[in-house]
Amino acid sequence: MSILKVNKITKSFGGLTAVSKASLELEKGELLGLIGPNGAGKTTLFNLLTGIYVPDSGAINLFREGEEVALHGLRPHNICKAGLARTFQNIRLFKDLTVLENVRIAMNKNIKYGFIPSFFHLPSYRWEEKQSIDDSIELLKIFNLDDKKDELAKNLPYGEQRHLEIARALATNPKLLLLDEPAAGMNPAETENLTKIIGEIREEFDLTILLIEHDMSLVMKICERIYVLDHGMVIANGTPEEIRSNKRVIEAYLGEDINDA
Amino acid sequence: MKKLIGLGLTYAIVQILIMTNAITGYLQATLVTICINIILAVSLNLITGFTGQFSLGHAGFMSIGAYVCALITMRVPTVYGFILGVLLGALAAALVGCLVGLPTLRLRGDYLAIATLGMSEIIRIIFLNMEITNGAAGLNGIPQFVNWTWLFTFTVGTVLVISNFIKSAHGRACISIREDEIAAEAMGINTIKYKVVSFTIGAFCAGIAGALYASYFYFLKPDLFGFLKSVDVLVIVVLGGLGSISGSILAAILLALISSYLQSFPEIRMILYSLTLIAIMIFRPQGLMGSKEISLSVFSKWASGLKSKRGRV
Repeated sequence: MSILKVNKITKSFGGLTAVSKASLELEKGELLGLIGPNGAGKTTLFNLLTGIYVPDSGAINLFREGEEVALHGLRPHNICKAGLARTFQNIRLFKDLTVLENVRIAMNKNIKYGFIPSFFHLPSYRWEEKQSIDDSIELLKIFNLDDKKDELAKNLPYGEQRHLEIARALATNPKLLLLDEPAAGMNPAETENLTKIIGEIREEFDLTILLIEHDMSLVMKICERIYVLDHGMVIANGTPEEIRSNKRVIEAYLGEDINDA
Repeated sequence: MKKLIGLGLTYAIVQILIMTNAITGYLQATLVTICINIILAVSLNLITGFTGQFSLGHAGFMSIGAYVCALITMRVPTVYGFILGVLLGALAAALVGCLVGLPTLRLRGDYLAIATLGMSEIIRIIFLNMEITNGAAGLNGIPQFVNWTWLFTFTVGTVLVISNFIKSAHGRACISIREDEIAAEAMGINTIKYKVVSFTIGAFCAGIAGALYASYFYFLKPDLFGFLKSVDVLVIVVLGGLGSISGSILAAILLALISSYLQSFPEIRMILYSLTLIAIMIFRPQGLMGSKEISLSVFSKWASGLKSKRGRV
């Protein structure tokens, strides 16, 4: 059963076509990798999926509980509410806020009380605030960040900032999680730890995950299927073994004259 | 509880000083200016310091509250008329804030500053050319209802409502816009809605401040609400610290005191005032309070720290 269907989306910036008629499909519960050389359009594709850019043409549809939601044209916060959350390649935490506040902001969509209770701190405010703090701490425990909940996000070590970004994305209660280079800048031990956490949250939150990554060992190890993007086009998709031996993929990474060399 | 005692004491002390004629004339005017500036600065801080939207139009909202309240109390010169005037003045300012905010808050940084500046100039020109506001000559003889009790009630009310709002989920949404608009939007925050909300609440409070001004100083003309008035408020906010409510309060009090002290040197008053501002900005570029708050819990922590030290010895 598919959870996300992307049908021939295209995005151009002036004369440059960053993503060209890219189509992809995600099955519910799978962990899909998205790879490609630098400038292939991977992050642009993420930005299209999450509504930061609007596609010039094509369709993006999310399926949840048998319902089809068209995501193209929606604003990012509505896409997030539909059940699609992301992390950013160049960490975008709320740096001057605490770890706890970062997660609580992402939990805002659970908050039901209106503006009046917030002006006067009425009982509905007190009850829901307590609930949101408890839920946030519960989530932080998964990443071992609960004892650092009052630290400013900018003061965390790099690896933990990456973890916090994933925690914050999970706080929005997504069905589909997009991770943009989660292991970038991590050492092998940290990457190992991250791999473990991705596996755990996938089980616990019943997630479908789409992952951009340059660390091939990570991608080959945990992804069940891989899409390869080059010059904005999907040039291959298949299991890690198929991708490893795919001629077009090797050409894209190493250059076309591989046979002449 | 401690907060209530503190507020009650402040109110009582000033009330006694007024009744015993220790605070009269000029001092009383300074007191009113302080309270009005606190309301203006705290509400602008919500827009600029917490939501991160650079606005130069606060005097415009203030003038709407002032004129609406003045026109109502001149026709209904009773306390009920005054309360109605303050409420309708604030609502009118909020309505204009919301209508202006919807298109302009899509702009960022300097562009928004220019747009809000333009808006407040338009409001000023409208008041200058309307029959009912008596144009450039202004309104005279507005019934005076503002006393210390009203002033205190409205100032404390505004400050409490805004600081409560900031500590709520809605307030956190506003702060997340200041921190990183793209990330906030990606985490499900409707950034346009929250920008407009913070702008509207800020305008509402500026309307209250304007209404109090009109009712105390019983004279209004459009010139009072020019560009410089907006800058005055911005100076208080920046000086107190963007994102600190207690900073805004402190700076409003400090600047009013400095400025009234300097009355004794009329020739060089503005020079000294500007030099003070420059000096504070050099030594405390983040403002007096940065983004921190003074709270009573700091004192109780400090006291319990002393106790535990004594216990160990």
